[in-house]
Amino acid sequence: MIRALLLTTLLVSPAMADEIWVTNEMDDTVSVIDAQTLEVLHTYETGERPRGITFSRDFKRLYICASDSDAVQVMDPDTGKILHDLPSGEDPEQFVIAPDDRLLYIANEDDAITTVVDTQTRKVVSQIDVGVEPEGMGISPDGKVQVTTSETTNMAHWIDTQTHKIIANSLVDPRPRHAEFSPDGKELWVSSEIGGTVAIFDTTDQSQIGKISFQLKGVRPEKIQPVGMRFSPDASKVFIALGPANHIAVVDAKTFEVETYILVGRRVWHMAISPDQTRLFTTNGVSGDVTVIDIASLNPIDTVKVGRFPWGAAARPTQN
Amino acid sequence: MAFQWLIGACAALALASQSQAEVLRIDWIERQVTPPPVLSNMAAIPPTLGLDGARLAERDIATTGRFTGQSYDLHETVVSPDADFLKAAKSALAEGARVLVVKAPAPDLLDLADLPDAQGALILDAYAQDDALRGADCRANVLHTAPSYAMRTDALAQFLLKKQWRKLALIAGQLPEDQAFTAALKHSLAKFGLSLEGEKTWDFDANMRRAAAAEVPLFTQDLPAHDLLLVSDEPGDFARYIAYNTWTARPLAGSEGLKPVGWSGVVEQYGAAQLQNRFREAAGREMQQADFAAWIAVAALGEAFTRTQATDPATLRAYMLSDEFRLAGFLGRPLSFRNWNGQLRQPIPLVTERAVAALAPLEGFLHQANELDTLGVDAPESPCTAFGDAK
Repeated sequence: MIRALLLTTLLVSPAMADEIWVTNEMDDTVSVIDAQTLEVLHTYETGERPRGITFSRDFKRLYICASDSDAVQVMDPDTGKILHDLPSGEDPEQFVIAPDDRLLYIANEDDAITTVVDTQTRKVVSQIDVGVEPEGMGISPDGKVQVTTSETTNMAHWIDTQTHKIIANSLVDPRPRHAEFSPDGKELWVSSEIGGTVAIFDTTDQSQIGKISFQLKGVRPEKIQPVGMRFSPDASKVFIALGPANHIAVVDAKTFEVETYILVGRRVWHMAISPDQTRLFTTNGVSGDVTVIDIASLNPIDTVKVGRFPWGAAARPTQN
Repeated sequence: MAFQWLIGACAALALASQSQAEVLRIDWIERQVTPPPVLSNMAAIPPTLGLDGARLAERDIATTGRFTGQSYDLHETVVSPDADFLKAAKSALAEGARVLVVKAPAPDLLDLADLPDAQGALILDAYAQDDALRGADCRANVLHTAPSYAMRTDALAQFLLKKQWRKLALIAGQLPEDQAFTAALKHSLAKFGLSLEGEKTWDFDANMRRAAAAEVPLFTQDLPAHDLLLVSDEPGDFARYIAYNTWTARPLAGSEGLKPVGWSGVVEQYGAAQLQNRFREAAGREMQQADFAAWIAVAALGEAFTRTQATDPATLRAYMLSDEFRLAGFLGRPLSFRNWNGQLRQPIPLVTERAVAALAPLEGFLHQANELDTLGVDAPESPCTAFGDAK
């Protein structure tokens, strides 16, 4: 009986080891966290100032924006080895991978450009002039529209992925940092860090259909600075990281009302959801750790120490 | 099919915005001054100090304008020290200048603001730090993006209080800028309950490049016991020779050592590194307070033009002074203008040569409306009346 149990555990446990990968901006590393045991399994070296992080859709490759190395690095997540760099343009900060798993859209913060790179040929397919300091990168679920937000121009630029031309520009509140499409592709959410708001757009005509402000007891309005956003697994809620307000806002995706706020570490940037969809991981830049939140109860359950200034986060299921 | 329609609709929108292109004219008006002689000439004042910031911001907002169908026209009027400033300013106004960013000492700035032609204009002071310009001498048509002396010295005083370095001594220069900075310092020390134990005036005429090691220890020997030595030397003449030559081992702050400034090349947090990179690339040097004040002045005008789509000074001014106005300035919180005296609220970095030691307002210094208003003269004490009873 015991033996049988042990055997089962051995067989099952590798499959259970889903991972959360976190870039440590000031340590030039990525930390790999076991999404179940919450242990840091590995710390791999990267280029300088790693920020944006995302997996290929088949999870065989990890892409890392090494901003100060002016490179997007491609890592083998099974070994932690950097395989090669992609031509990325200068100072890549964030990116998004197309649903076809081939094209990578990269924000070149210092150059006011969105660079489109083919991850297979490793060639730049296109460069699109956008506003000053592009940062937030979103792509519609059908892959037809990519949105780049520019922090100093205060806009969301809607890019047609067929022509790689801008088809519309939406003015938002100051310093837009993140763009997130709803899973059904009908809405685009844009967070404005200095504006302190999140704007919601109808993707059919780019009209603004809502704007969310936040109020937190005991926190100054100017400290509420929305950055990263994630839809909950059932798409009923949106988690919004509030930066130096040290909280995650939980917003009803239908009514746009804030349901609650969850206390996390200091200067919370971005988030990832565990592949089994039960836990939310937040990167807390100033406290240098990751808060783990139980999505069902919306309670923080643990804190994981990682490197200096954790920034981006991405999840990898390992049962494949 | 639906997607095709989407593109069609957007193309129409983009076209519409391009056909109604509007231009905002911004005038840079600068009074050049001959700087006072300083002991070391190793770091000369850049001839385009300030102007480089305005030019960079114009490029930044023009990029935004490409998407909104708005454009900018930056006119530069730079008046040499021996030329007639007012005449040049008058002719710029006669030519159509209505929105001005000015780098000039206080008397010139006031002369310009009081011209009949300037009454409907919007003037942004991107240089003069005089507290009187935000107080008794304030003008309704002048907003300030340069921090005042009081904002800088309050920032330093908050830091000293936080560190519990309560006993201070001061060495003060004698130039008008030194006197203004000294007055602000003393006011800040009193405001935050710090004590000035002793004070000396710098009146050496020896060459400190050679004599500092011999003279400064003796000069500082009779200062009463203090935790930190303040120096007031705004043009950067002598204070650099004080550090490490004092009689007692005490840190230095003020115009040298730990400096409260509107901006410095070491500011890097909150995305500032990107602004620094752009500036370095454009100007080939580090961005200073006057560059940032000019950059943020032009950026503020761009923000107001983008949001209001108006070019008339009255609409721009009203929007900039409104509660809606929130400006991103790479300092970690939204910047806005005080509607009782036109001063831009801004955090003040306390910097050393190589790093930001702290960013004021420091945690714990509270204010009923906005923590940034713990820096500088607050509404209830402000003698400025030109802005009506906005407070």
